[in-house]
Amino acid sequence: MKDVRLLTEPFNPGALVGPFTDAHPGLGGVCTFVGEVRGDDDVEALELSHYEPLTLAGMDALADEALGRFELMGILIAHRVGEMRAGEPIVLVSAAARHRRAAIQAVDFAMDHLKSDAWFWKREKRGGQWRWIDPRPEDHADLARWSA
Amino acid sequence: MAAKLVFLGRLADLTGVNEREVAGPLDWSGLLDALQGELGGWLASDKVKLAVNGRILADKLDLQASDGDEIALLPPVSGG
Repeated sequence: MKDVRLLTEPFNPGALVGPFTDAHPGLGGVCTFVGEVRGDDDVEALELSHYEPLTLAGMDALADEALGRFELMGILIAHRVGEMRAGEPIVLVSAAARHRRAAIQAVDFAMDHLKSDAWFWKREKRGGQWRWIDPRPEDHADLARWSA
Repeated sequence: MAAKLVFLGRLADLTGVNEREVAGPLDWSGLLDALQGELGGWLASDKVKLAVNGRILADKLDLQASDGDEIALLPPVSGG
């Protein structure tokens, strides 16, 4: 199954992964990555904005790409938008497969693409001031791993 | 009825609004006129892409929008 969501409220990763796992009887493994808002010293908040017509469609296409590329039974991609604080989950990718390597690689693949190739804009608040976050060269290097 | 411009990320800070209506039809030079340099160098920059009704233009100079269309101005996405 494919389950792709944009979430506007805080979420509990376990509450998504449990039903996702249950939906795949006979699986050999589930790999899950949960990204949280990093607790950098003076960051008061992080805000993610998106563009409805592109963002969810892009995530959906990414899920299809992962399903086509790896031997998966299913994939779950959930991403927060809106304002968040340190320690809040921001992204969740979970892949179910008959064999572990496909699940692990699919999650790695999906995360590299979500970080650098998905339609999200981030800004962070320090000392009461919002500042936009620019792309980093590492993100493009992460993406290049998958085009060989 | 007009065409709608949608400003994403930092572009919304530069214009001070998330959306604005402009009279169609609208091509690339019409867009430049409509924004009057409000986005500084961003609009012409290769880093900023345009989407019309959710479809990204391979070349933004090919912009052809009409009343009722939604034109999104997309700055580079943020990394990790």
